[in-house]
Amino acid sequence: MPFAQLREHARGRLERLGNAVTSNVWRLGFASRFLFYMVLHSGTAMRRFRLTIAEIYFAGVLSLIIILVSGLFVGMVLALQGYETLQRFGASESLGVLVALSLVRELGPVVAGLLFASRAGSAITAEIGLMKATEQISAMEMMAVDPIARIVAPRFWGGVLSMPMLAALFSAMGIFGGYLVGVQLIGVDAGAFWSQMQAAVDLRNDILNGVIKSVVFGVAVTWIAVFEGYDAVPTAEGVSRATTRTVVTSSLAILALDFVLTALMFTGGKAA
Amino acid sequence: MNRSTIDLWVGVFVVLGIGALLFLALKVGNLATFSSSEAYNVHAKFVNIGGLKVRAPIKSAGVVVGRVADIRFDNESYEALVSMNLDEHYQFPRDTTAKILTSGILGEQYVGLEAGGDGVMLKHGDRLRLTQSAVVLENLISQFLFNKAAEGKDAAK
Repeated sequence: MPFAQLREHARGRLERLGNAVTSNVWRLGFASRFLFYMVLHSGTAMRRFRLTIAEIYFAGVLSLIIILVSGLFVGMVLALQGYETLQRFGASESLGVLVALSLVRELGPVVAGLLFASRAGSAITAEIGLMKATEQISAMEMMAVDPIARIVAPRFWGGVLSMPMLAALFSAMGIFGGYLVGVQLIGVDAGAFWSQMQAAVDLRNDILNGVIKSVVFGVAVTWIAVFEGYDAVPTAEGVSRATTRTVVTSSLAILALDFVLTALMFTGGKAA
Repeated sequence: MNRSTIDLWVGVFVVLGIGALLFLALKVGNLATFSSSEAYNVHAKFVNIGGLKVRAPIKSAGVVVGRVADIRFDNESYEALVSMNLDEHYQFPRDTTAKILTSGILGEQYVGLEAGGDGVMLKHGDRLRLTQSAVVLENLISQFLFNKAAEGKDAAK
């Protein structure tokens, strides 16, 4: 009976779709409750701040090299490319503005966030996932130690505190790289480079908004990382999948959030 | 890795991070330009503001003394109502002229203030009565063409 078969087929499709939607919504709800619980139980992470400091070391200090080197190169490339375009319009003095604004507003928070997600986010997920796989988290629960307060919250706060500093370092390094290429190599006037930059970059509109972006990205990336680790299927394969998901999801989250934040912050000064 | 080494590195990291933020704030963003100091608000009506934007600089003798706070269209006089925040440090006489000028040939437009001779200074909420609109390129060109045409007619006579 082809009709009954077709109906069965359609029913199976619909069921799968419904299942995918419910499980995703369920995961989202679980992740939100997880975040809520984690923030509520951050007392330990703050009282025993040494736990958080150790996580700042793992998430922040160990990401320093990649952030600084990438920032330098991104800034240098920006200066080279920007000069090519600007000198056509005889506006090569605006190179400083171009480099500084692109870094402070966009590239600093976004690229630092992407690097942070792949460098620190994946490590957090792998660590928590492996703790779960080797039943260290169950062991903690047996000892009446709350694993979220002891394991997850310090990692979360370590990441959230590290990210704005990494983004600021990325931007500063990038501007330095732009200075090296623009002024030292190409020969743009140093005074024009800095003074035009200072005239165009606004403390509140550009720098503060960049910092807000990096804080938002830091929360998003670390939240996704600790949640994926905590929610990982406790097998070798499950941990590897969770790590991959962390990088993919948090990269997408950064780009999507960046669009939303940019639309809110920099709409031609009309909103302000 | 032992505790004090971790502490040391985290300390270095935090110092570097804050240093980078300060670098951005001071060297790149120029904190010194009165985003912190008090400002008073005055407004002026212009027949045409050209390409003036909110947050455009207000300059007097070439020095930035304030920013454009708001631009609106006045429904009664059919003119543009420009509200300006001026730095408290700079006081201007009440009969100061406001002009909309352009920096460079393709540059952004700004408001130029030219001090008058009145002894009374502008206060918060005052209105600048003497204004000069932006130069619209099309008007300029048509004026030039009319003048040329008129000259041509004179010469033909």
